Amino acid sequence: MPTTLEMLDQRRAEARLGGGAKRIEAQHAKGRLTARERLDILLDECSFEELDMFVEHNCAEFGMAEQHFAGDGVVTGSGTINGRLVFVFSQDFTVFGGSLSERHAQKICKIMDMALKVGAPVIGLNDSGGARIQEGVASLGGYAEVFQRNVLASGVVPQLSLVMGPCAGGAVYSPAMTDFIFMVRDSSYMFVTGPDVVKTVTNEVVTQEELGGASAHTAKSGVADNAFDNDVEALLAARDFIDFLPSDNRTGVPERPTDDPWDRAEPSLDTLIPDSANKPYDMHELIAKTVDEGDFFEVQPAFAGNIITGFGRIEGRTVGIVANQPMVLAGVLDISSSRKAARFVRFCDAFEIPIVTFVDVPGFLPGTSQEHNGIIKHGAKLLFAYAEATVPKITVITRKAYGGAYDVMASKHLRGDLNYAWPTAEIAVMGAKGAVEIIFRQEAKDPEKLAARTAEYEARFANPFVAASMGFIDEIIMPHSTRRRIALGLRKLRHKALENPWKKHDNIPL
Amino acid sequence: MFDKILIANRGEIACRVIRTAKKMGIKTVAVYSDADALAPHVRMADEAVRLGPPPASESYLLADAIVAACKATGAQAVHPGYGFLSERESFAKLLAENDIAFIGPPANAIAAMGDKIESKKLAKAAGVNVVPGFLGEIDSTDHAVEIAGGIGYPVMMKASAGGGGKGMRLAWSEQDVRDGFEATKREGLASFGDDRVFIEKFIESPRHIEIQLLGDQHGNIVYLGERECSIQRRHQKVVEEAPSPFVTPEMRRAMGEQAVALAAAVGYYSAGTVELIVSGADKTGQGFYFLEMNTRLQVEHPVTEEITGLDLVEQMIRVAYGEKLAFTQDDVTLNGWAMESRVYAEDPYRNFLPSTGRLTRYAPPPESRTSDAVVRVDTGVFEGGEVSMFYDPMIAKLVSWAPTREAAIDLQIEAIDRYQIAGVGTNLDFLSALAQHPRFRSGEITTGFIAEEYPEGFHGAPEQPATLQAVAAVVAAIAKLDATRALRVDGQLGTPLEASDRWVVRIDGTEHDVTLEADAATIDGASVSLSLGYRPGAAIVEAEVEGETYVLRIARKRGFMTVTTGGRARKVQVAPPRVAALRHHMIEKVAPDMSRFLVSPMPGLLTRLMVQLGDKVEAGQPLATVEAMKMENMLRAEKSATVSKVAAGVGESLAIDQVILEFE
Repeated sequence: MPTTLEMLDQRRAEARLGGGAKRIEAQHAKGRLTARERLDILLDECSFEELDMFVEHNCAEFGMAEQHFAGDGVVTGSGTINGRLVFVFSQDFTVFGGSLSERHAQKICKIMDMALKVGAPVIGLNDSGGARIQEGVASLGGYAEVFQRNVLASGVVPQLSLVMGPCAGGAVYSPAMTDFIFMVRDSSYMFVTGPDVVKTVTNEVVTQEELGGASAHTAKSGVADNAFDNDVEALLAARDFIDFLPSDNRTGVPERPTDDPWDRAEPSLDTLIPDSANKPYDMHELIAKTVDEGDFFEVQPAFAGNIITGFGRIEGRTVGIVANQPMVLAGVLDISSSRKAARFVRFCDAFEIPIVTFVDVPGFLPGTSQEHNGIIKHGAKLLFAYAEATVPKITVITRKAYGGAYDVMASKHLRGDLNYAWPTAEIAVMGAKGAVEIIFRQEAKDPEKLAARTAEYEARFANPFVAASMGFIDEIIMPHSTRRRIALGLRKLRHKALENPWKKHDNIPL
Repeated sequence: MFDKILIANRGEIACRVIRTAKKMGIKTVAVYSDADALAPHVRMADEAVRLGPPPASESYLLADAIVAACKATGAQAVHPGYGFLSERESFAKLLAENDIAFIGPPANAIAAMGDKIESKKLAKAAGVNVVPGFLGEIDSTDHAVEIAGGIGYPVMMKASAGGGGKGMRLAWSEQDVRDGFEATKREGLASFGDDRVFIEKFIESPRHIEIQLLGDQHGNIVYLGERECSIQRRHQKVVEEAPSPFVTPEMRRAMGEQAVALAAAVGYYSAGTVELIVSGADKTGQGFYFLEMNTRLQVEHPVTEEITGLDLVEQMIRVAYGEKLAFTQDDVTLNGWAMESRVYAEDPYRNFLPSTGRLTRYAPPPESRTSDAVVRVDTGVFEGGEVSMFYDPMIAKLVSWAPTREAAIDLQIEAIDRYQIAGVGTNLDFLSALAQHPRFRSGEITTGFIAEEYPEGFHGAPEQPATLQAVAAVVAAIAKLDATRALRVDGQLGTPLEASDRWVVRIDGTEHDVTLEADAATIDGASVSLSLGYRPGAAIVEAEVEGETYVLRIARKRGFMTVTTGGRARKVQVAPPRVAALRHHMIEKVAPDMSRFLVSPMPGLLTRLMVQLGDKVEAGQPLATVEAMKMENMLRAEKSATVSKVAAGVGESLAIDQVILEFE
């Protein structure tokens, strides 16, 4: 008769094997890691403390009574990433295909509840075939319990999802409600209905990868944020990513030491803006030369490239960066870029991350496709997000700030704290050519006169002085001093206190 | 002395001339095109005058505008640098007509020597040994074929007014002459406004050695030793040195005296260079032939300056002012060894295609001058500046001097490692590889060196075991320092953790186990001493491993970094052992097959498209030409295929990697 201690050892060993050596091998053969291996990479060495290792399902239907695996297809607990507490769940595809049972869901809910109570991020590693069909509605209930907690945790603790295998049907809605989704190329997919159903209903033939693979969601739908080549890359990136995020919505941004001088001048930025207003330049260069050590974690790099969003640090403290990208569609605001930036701005505001905005925006994208798909409401999301944000907001207009897009991009009027402009900034209702064609419509047929009027308009508005004279621009700064200005501004704004009127919640134009 | 001079050039040479003028207390005037409004030469000069839009034909080649600039600023003399107007007789004359001194040779010498056909006749008349060739004008392709046949293949076709490797084509057969003659004419016309072409015998296994001359207006001419410029790629010089490892004192005197005789025959003064082709197989010291005389300051003049101690620009200015040379031939001594590497904006890993764009990082190695080591960087670009398609792709000249050739070469290798350039591709890795090449170091070089030693192109310098070990050790050490810093973030759950001493460093796909100790590291079981200076995020790491100094350039991407040292860029990933072990389960992603596409290898203009939709093409067949940097680049089919889509049209500006054709 084994002692309790011996039994414990044995049970633990069994639990750690998940669905058994054969299934682990199958997982490896697909280039995927097991649930525990993934946690081993994600968390600091030996920091993982598992909970509910011995939980089993409670289903007796369809032969399930005979099949029990300790942990029931999900490994849950907590650990640290560079010493900071995080709560994790990692679905185990080797056990019932990672399918979600009532107990499986309970385990996830337990760590989410704890994370919410103590104020620590939740990281979910998703690799699940879907609902545990044998359990029927009990499984569906489990999903809803998780959904409910995703919602309650939203804006309280950061939630990061790594989709590392299948994630289909109702299961997609849990990651969908978390703050960020990372996917693994060629081995993960997300869709509400799979290729078989798609074919039956619409006759459309499509592969899983095309329908809901990493590239589909990071480049086309924007559902997922970042894609990585394999499990290891995704998990290591998640560690880097968590380093940027506050633990919850009250503790403020993390701070880590850096040797990068706060007042580092970058003379080359003085020539970043090309001579011609129609020539693009890469806004990434400004971002890289502004943040500490050039370390910028871009979010949604493959989606709506006309706006750049991501995290960097200034003096070791996290900032959220939003920047129009002249290299893509001239940096225009459209439906996708507005949605992308709006969600990012709201995340930053929810978690007290200061927002730095670099503006070079020619306006909103015109056209029926934009109008009929609701650019009005989507554009309004970004406007709304910036307007309601109470975190420190520093804005630098590098070149164009035209029309309504000027207002939207963290302008002074939307409670921008420090609104700077480079000498190359042009703050105007629209580009000179378009403006002149409207103002001097009667001269439209005379190209010479029109050219003269255009030059006149440019002389008046193609500079930051008009806006500065109205106080819409606080100061005109030299590009090379951008980092110093921002660092100084963030220091001064660290104790910014600003509250919106009490409300149950706002009614952002969804 | 002149009070003020104008420099009718741009880039490093304009900066170079301004530096000397400043030293001499002469005020300087720069000229610039719109593309160079913020360039260093403009900022260095006391005054600057705009010439026009970026194309050279609308700016730097406008002789009248330069004369007007002289008048407007009161400049008394013009230094033309090299290229542009430096070898135009008409320009020298125009200056003379306007009472502006030309800091260069007399106009008649430019005319005589600048024209390759004329200069050959003169050389021959002066008794200088010349390479067999046709010195008349060639009026048609058929005529060219006839002449080439008479001389015997291989032959070289050259634009009469050409230089610097532009407008030159080698022909091994009649077909090559038929294919290339018209293109040579076109390039001559496009680059120099002169479509005359001449043809001469091509000497195999040749060395390119040239004699630097300096003369004054009082009939004194001296030679300042030779330079060897055999390391060339497609006739473009890459590495130059002085003296030449091939030349003996007797040979030097023979070459020098002939060169002086030739210069005297045309009343030459100022700086000039007689280029010779030398047969490397001929050990008699007589196997040199006149190639051409360049009536200007050469790009590679610094190596001569470093071994003679002379400032050639200063000498040119003094001569132009009418001063006598302050020394005679007997006073000229050659001391030590100087090397020069030309840093080009080109991608050696992609068949040296020109690379243009914004220099997002530009930090040359620090210059230094001691009694046994000199590092000099003649540069004319700046961080935030643009390498544009309008001008020469040379970014800088990295010059080193030491008492011995070996030491001068080693200085190059270290300085190249310290060179930071981002935004455009550069040949830095290639330059380092050349400097490490055993055959180069032996001095057994020919103008065919690059073609012979890199027949399959360049793929990075060979990995040296000691360097590999050093990279592994340094990467592990910085991984630990990075990890230690990451663990210093606030909000810790417990007491701060310590970073691991054990790392697995994966370099170009091969893993190395590294264990770190206080001042040492064990790499795959071998222990080495290690010390380094590093702060997280640094792009340059200097380390000492086993007493050797290594300078590593580090470019970080999420998930990996590129570590460059010793002319080799390595993809490096570093992880703790437990993570590295799990990485073994990952499946390597195969890069997509790009042979289905013809892509533009560089940004440029699509000037010709030789095929249409549905055409069947054979491997090697010309498909399109892309013009960049004034060079026509022929794109050929990699394999037999059928054109399934034409994705770009003639006249279209292409981005790098833009698809031109699709095949099936």
